[in-house]
Amino acid sequence: MAEPTRIAPPAGPPDPPPPADLPPPDFIRAIEDRFPGAVQKLSYWVGDWTIVLDAGRLVDVATYLRDAPGALFTFCSDVTASDWPPRPKRFDVVYSLYSIPLRHRVRLKVQAGDGDAVPTVTRVWPSANWLEREVFDLFGIVFAGHPDLRRILMPDDWQGHPQRKDYPLEGPGELLIEDPVEWLKLRQADIE
Amino acid sequence: MFDTNELVINMGPQHPSTHGVLRVVLRLDGERVIDANVVIGYLHRGIEKLCEYRDWGQIVLITDRMDYIAAASNNLGYCETVEKLMSLEVPPRARYIRTILAELQRIASHCLWLGTHAMDIGAMTVFLYAFRERELILDLFEDYCGARLTYNAMRIGGLPLDIPPRWDAKVRAFCDILDEKVNEYEELLTHNRIWLERTRRVGVISGEEAVAIGLSGPALRGSGVARDIRKDEPYAAYADFEFDVPLGSDGDTYDRYLVRLEEFRQSTRIIRQALDGLPEGPIIGKVPRLIKPPAGETYHAIESPKGELGYFIVSDGKSNVPYRFRVRPPSFCNLQALPRLVKGHLVADVVALIGSIDIVLGEVDR
Repeated sequence: MAEPTRIAPPAGPPDPPPPADLPPPDFIRAIEDRFPGAVQKLSYWVGDWTIVLDAGRLVDVATYLRDAPGALFTFCSDVTASDWPPRPKRFDVVYSLYSIPLRHRVRLKVQAGDGDAVPTVTRVWPSANWLEREVFDLFGIVFAGHPDLRRILMPDDWQGHPQRKDYPLEGPGELLIEDPVEWLKLRQADIE
Repeated sequence: MFDTNELVINMGPQHPSTHGVLRVVLRLDGERVIDANVVIGYLHRGIEKLCEYRDWGQIVLITDRMDYIAAASNNLGYCETVEKLMSLEVPPRARYIRTILAELQRIASHCLWLGTHAMDIGAMTVFLYAFRERELILDLFEDYCGARLTYNAMRIGGLPLDIPPRWDAKVRAFCDILDEKVNEYEELLTHNRIWLERTRRVGVISGEEAVAIGLSGPALRGSGVARDIRKDEPYAAYADFEFDVPLGSDGDTYDRYLVRLEEFRQSTRIIRQALDGLPEGPIIGKVPRLIKPPAGETYHAIESPKGELGYFIVSDGKSNVPYRFRVRPPSFCNLQALPRLVKGHLVADVVALIGSIDIVLGEVDR
C-alpha cells in the first residue's frame, strides 16, 4: 500500500490564471458583462476553462449558460466537490458542463463553507438531482431548494460525511455502535 | 400517505433482474407503476476516497473494479485523464491498441447487455448465444494481458504489454465471427413479435428530456441525439477511423436495442481499421519513473459502453497520490432517468427498462 507522502495540506486548489495571450471564449466575456461581480476568478489549465463564481449568482449564470446562443450548455456532465480544509470556505463545488450543439466544455466552481447552503441547479439541469444528493451525502453540503435532498450512497441513518478530508479512511470506528443491545435500544426509542 | 388502491412493492436488492444490488421501491396501482424510488449504495466501496490514498499507478487497478463489465474502458479513461494532466504524449501504436481494446470491451459489454436484457424479457436463448461471443473476447483479453475480467491493461503513458504474436489474426477472426453472430441475434429478436410487443413504446423519452435528465451513451442516442464522445471529442485513435454512430428515432426500448446492436457492427469496423493501420513503434511514452502530475485539475471523458465516463482529478503537485479523485459514472446518471421512464408502465416493463438503460452497480455505487 502506498504511503501518501506526508506534506502540509494544500491551501486551496491551484486554479492557475489563463495565459496572457489566450483570450477567454466569448460566452465567458458575456457572463462578465451581464453579471458584473459574479465571476470571482477565471482559470485555464490543460485546455479547460474554469469560472469561479459567487454562490448567490450561480443559478442566474447557470440559466444563462444553458440558454445563451453562444454557450448552450445543455448537458450537465458532473456535479462534485473538493475539500480544502485549511481554507475558511473549505468546499469547492464543481460543475462540469458540456454543450451538445456547440461541442465545448466549461467548469463552474462555487466556494462554500461548512454549513453554508449552495443554491440547487436542478431547475436548470434536472440531471444534477442525484449528483447533488451525492455531494450532500459525501460532503455534507446542503443544496437550498433541492427537491429531494437525502443520502444516496451511504445508509440513511449514517452519521458523518465520508469524503471530507477529516473523515478517516477506515471508517468511524468508535462512532459506530458496536454493541447490538445499544443499537436495539436506539431503535426502540425511534419506534416509540 | 397511502391511497387504498396503491400498493408499495419492493424490488429488493436481491433480485435476478436488477443486474446487481439495486433496490427499486415501486408504488403500484394494480400493475401500473405510479412512482419508483430507486435506492442505491449497496455496492458503495468508497473508491473515490480510497484512491486518495493510492499511488497514481495503483489506481489503474482500482478503476477496473468500477464498471467490471468493461474494465479496459475505465482504465483508458483514467490513464487519459492523468496523461492530460501531465501533458504526456502517448505513442501512436499504443493509441491504436488502446482503441482496439476499448472497442473489444464495447462489444463484450454489449454482449452481456444483450444477453441479460433479452433474458429478463424472456428470450433466454439469446443469453447463451451472447455469452458465447463474450467468452471469445475474454479469451482474447486473456491472451493479451492474462486476465478475463479486471485487466489492469493500461498504464499512464501507454500500455504495459505489446500484443502477443498472432493476436491480430485472432482478433480479425473474431470480428468475422461476430458479424455473423450479430445477424443471428437480429434474426432472433429484431422482428420477433413478442420482442416488439415488449419493447416498442416502452420507456419513451424525447431527445431534449434525455439530455436534461443526464442520459448519455446508447440510451441518449436511442432518443435521436447525436452525441458520441468518440466523434465529438476524439480520444485515443478514434480520429483516424471511419465509423458511423447509430441513432434511434422514437426513444423507446426498441430503439435503444437497435442502437446497441448496430454499435456491434461499427465496433468491428473500427477494430478492422485499427488492425490494418497499426503503426510500429513503442507502446509507452516518456513517463517519469515517479508519476507526479503538476498541480492542477481536469475533467476528461470517454465514451464507455454505458455512456460518458468522466474523471475529475485534482493533483496538488507534491504528493504521490491524487488530492481528489472523482469518477462521473454513466450508469449512475443514466439510472436517474428510471423513475421518469417507468411511470405509467407495468411492473414487467420496469425490468425491461432497467436492462434497456444498461447499468452496472459497480459503477453506480463505486
